Amino acid sequence: MRILVPIKRTPDPNSLVRLTADAQIDLDGCKWIVNPFDEIALEEAVRQREAGLDAEIVVVSIGPEEAADQLRACLAMGADRAIHVCCNRSLEPIQTAHLLAAVVATEQPDLILMGKQAIDGDQNQTGQMLAGRLGWPQATFASTITISDNHTTAVVEREVDTGRETLQVRLPAVVTADLRLAEPRYVALPAIIRARNKPMANVAVDDLGGVPDCGVRTVGYELPPSRAPGVMLPDAASLAAKIREAVQ
Amino acid sequence: MSKLLCLVDSAGAGLGAQASLATFAADLCINWDSGFSICYVGSEPSAESMADLCSLGAMEVLVMADEQFARLTADAAAEAIRTLVIAEGYNILAADCSSFGRDVLPRACALLDIPMISDVIAVDATGPAPMFRRPVCAGKLIAKVEVTSTRYACTVRASAFRRERVPSGNSPVRRIDSGLDGITAGTEWVGASHVESKRPDLSNANVVVSGGRPLRDSETYERLIGGLADCLHGATGATRAAVDSGIAANDLQVGQTGKVVAPALYIAAGISGSIQHLAGMKDSKVIVAINTDPEAPIFSVADFGLVADLHTAIPELISLLS
Ligand SMILES: Cc1cc2nc3c(=O)[nH]c(=O)nc-3n(C[C@H](O)[C@H](O)[C@H](O)COP(=O)(O)OP(=O)(O)OC[C@H]3O[C@@H](n4cnc5c(N)ncnc54)[C@H](O)[C@@H]3O)c2cc1C
Repeated sequence: MRILVPIKRTPDPNSLVRLTADAQIDLDGCKWIVNPFDEIALEEAVRQREAGLDAEIVVVSIGPEEAADQLRACLAMGADRAIHVCCNRSLEPIQTAHLLAAVVATEQPDLILMGKQAIDGDQNQTGQMLAGRLGWPQATFASTITISDNHTTAVVEREVDTGRETLQVRLPAVVTADLRLAEPRYVALPAIIRARNKPMANVAVDDLGGVPDCGVRTVGYELPPSRAPGVMLPDAASLAAKIREAVQ
Repeated sequence: MSKLLCLVDSAGAGLGAQASLATFAADLCINWDSGFSICYVGSEPSAESMADLCSLGAMEVLVMADEQFARLTADAAAEAIRTLVIAEGYNILAADCSSFGRDVLPRACALLDIPMISDVIAVDATGPAPMFRRPVCAGKLIAKVEVTSTRYACTVRASAFRRERVPSGNSPVRRIDSGLDGITAGTEWVGASHVESKRPDLSNANVVVSGGRPLRDSETYERLIGGLADCLHGATGATRAAVDSGIAANDLQVGQTGKVVAPALYIAAGISGSIQHLAGMKDSKVIVAINTDPEAPIFSVADFGLVADLHTAIPELISLLS
């Protein structure tokens, strides 16, 4: 079977975030990583194969030239080949889903495994939109995935507001990864060097039919209101008094 | 003409979240000739929850009740919503940021080919195009999003629209067929394990007591975090580290990728204050932090801090507050 893992290049969450004079995000000197949820999804795909699943793992990223760095990191983690859709503008999830659907049309994967959200946009939409566009079953927020021996179905345990839920999806399907699906491995240097020989294809956005306009535009950013400085209390008794006040 | 439909589900976060959604809807249609409608999607609602839904000021309450929704899958729900939206001519959809809203709404958007804005915390509908505000990068920044499309959807953060509102009128109810019979879905609901709790719902509680990694095990968590929460009639919460190590259940995780809460009082015990955890609680009214490390980042958002070992401080607090 073929597993497609879409990944996004995102700023490291520990990087400082500043605003430019015209209210845009200042990404100067920022460290970039593979979106952690996508990394979890890829880790799960690699583990499934290590556990005996006969699968080709393909990673795809829509992003600027530098996103090739993140794709290489994914190849080093265990993906077999990479597809880089070069795109310098920021996309809304509906647009990303549109482009990914075009990639799916040529790649014909049996399973799309991707992060539930990107830690920069925090939208949590793309996987569901891709599934809807393709008319494929979806199982979001996955914490375990069991693929049937004949590769026709998968049983997915999901994390929901009230606890856990289990779905069975017919393949091909879209599954989005939650935090506890798998813990990404540390990739050692030799693997990174070996991965240089793995294939990476470049695809232009126009080859995928272009990006349709969607009528949503982020005009700028602002800092959230900051909290007034607090006070340190000497003991539990004085804290208990403050707690009593707060719940009055 | 704009027609706004608010979607609510039976498993949803209850009247608190529904009232917030209605407050958001009222803000969005402030300059329209018409108001908003509500659509309930789920198994047969109780008379009480129907009465609640009819008190939120909607022009109309649609009820799409189907026992098949008791085992709701996003695939079926999105299809039912698509059919309804096309038949009735709605062009704007809204739902709470619950696991239902986050799962179903983007799929419905793809079926309708419309964009979506997640986690809306403010709306300004006074200009020619509505402007939404939403947190990004774990709440480190707020994005201002202008929507010129006449068709779109959004999920709404209940805690940001929790305003005093007068129960208004009694909306007329109309039953809608789900059209589910005859749809063969590729997704089958297999089962669910729900953690029953006698404590208030985390998302809507007035007081939340949360614990982190140093709680060590679920018994200690229950005794200390649960004990203090019970003194204050509050809910319990946890960090990802506490959930991952089996100290607390997954539905108690607060943060960027868990639940977002904004109670009157949030007590963080043994929590370092990672950016991801802060994203879920920093809009709480009063924040209390208990930590052995005076440099812990949690103190930077706390109104009241106590540098202490939680294993001694919390039992003291429990006896002082009982
Ligand atoms: C993609 C991604 C998403 C994430 N999403 C979330 C999320 O939604 N929610 C979330 O919480 N985390 C999330 N995290 C994890 C987050 O980065 C932190 O690892 C986590 O919040 C740390 O949990 P903690 O504070 O319990 O543990 P730690 O960081 O280990 O902190 C423990 C704290 O307890 C203090 N302490 C130790 N002993 C005692 C004692 N006896 N008494 C009092 N204090 C003591 C220590 O000084 C320390 O400050 C996410 C991470 C990633 C990468």
